[in-house]
Amino acid sequence: MSNNTAPAIEDARLSKFEERVQKGDAIEPRDWMPEAYRKHLIRQISQHAHSEVIGMQPEGNWITRAPSIRAKQILLAKIQDEGGHGLYLYSAAETLGISREDMIEQLQTGKAKYSNIFNYPTLTWADIGAIGWLVDGAAIVNQVSLQRTSYGPYSRAMVRICKEESFHQRQGYEIMATMMKGTAEQREMAQDAMNRWWWPSLMMFGPHDSDSPHSSDAFRWKIKRHSNDELRTKFIDKTVQQAEVIGLTIPDPELKWNEATGHYDHGEINWDEFYRVIKGNGQCNKQRIAHHKRAHDDGAWVREAAEAYKVKQAVKNN
Amino acid sequence: MATDTQLDLWEVFIQSRNGSHHTHAGSVHASDRKMALQNARDIYTRRGEGSSIWVVPANSIVASNPDDADMFFDPADDKVYRHPTFYVMPEGAKQI
Repeated sequence: MSNNTAPAIEDARLSKFEERVQKGDAIEPRDWMPEAYRKHLIRQISQHAHSEVIGMQPEGNWITRAPSIRAKQILLAKIQDEGGHGLYLYSAAETLGISREDMIEQLQTGKAKYSNIFNYPTLTWADIGAIGWLVDGAAIVNQVSLQRTSYGPYSRAMVRICKEESFHQRQGYEIMATMMKGTAEQREMAQDAMNRWWWPSLMMFGPHDSDSPHSSDAFRWKIKRHSNDELRTKFIDKTVQQAEVIGLTIPDPELKWNEATGHYDHGEINWDEFYRVIKGNGQCNKQRIAHHKRAHDDGAWVREAAEAYKVKQAVKNN
Repeated sequence: MATDTQLDLWEVFIQSRNGSHHTHAGSVHASDRKMALQNARDIYTRRGEGSSIWVVPANSIVASNPDDADMFFDPADDKVYRHPTFYVMPEGAKQI
């Protein structure tokens, strides 16, 4: 093959790929795709998977202290779901050619990120309500949009996850509603959780569209279907009413309905805090990764034993 | 980091209710068939989504190549007579 034909073939494949994406075709694992598309997806899906897995920690913190057996069963089921979501997503990322081992290593060495929100601590039981209602609520808005992402395995994982997330959000809202019907102290606790989780939840959608570094390819290739600001607005619009119904105040004095746009306007987000936490200086960054490493290392003997058993069975069956 | 393994990859097929097809649901990691079945149950049927599960080692699946799809499926392209709408029915004939 001459030096000139290779780029020509590459160009033809790229334009065919882009044509398919524009038409709304799903891209499947064995289809040709540009390296940048593959890389973008691996980064995004693995980060999404890590978020689900690390997200088990702040909630796990309350299993032994859940206020009733009902609350404990629900919390356990929810955390198990989060683990399952992480596994759907790791599987989707693996179809792009990265191994589970590599993804875990990237998480533990800090090369891969996870959602910033899980670097905040869960100080009271109301925080479990706030996580389900606000954090999962924000995640649902994002994930509903991603159900139509162009990569087939990612899109299918999102459909499955969205079905399960609405239980998460409702259980969180129920906790908040119950506390708001309780004593003055319980109401105060719920409002305090609201105050601490509201802004970090808005940050989950990422920087403003004008400052978002990864967006243009992601839109052209239909990995992303809605912008950070569109999704953030959608979340605020539906959450404000839910807060009002149970008597919680949104900790943003500048929040107000805008007749002209048909959406809420919100106050300035503290992006300095956002970048400080991303860079590893949130309250729990070190603790989250240390815990992940410990659990991973403590489980090594189980994986080794399983492998040894497999070998032994293979010998026996031959 | 010590050499680690995340076990083998299996593909999971779920029959949502008796009488329907088994449909691909996703993948799991497991070291043997029993673990693969149990992991598939825990990951894909936490809400009664299944009445039966198949797990298949991923490397046992043979798949057609998407780049060859046009050529591979070509034999079916020019045989419209395989569809019932190809045939001209006499006017007035019923229930056919």
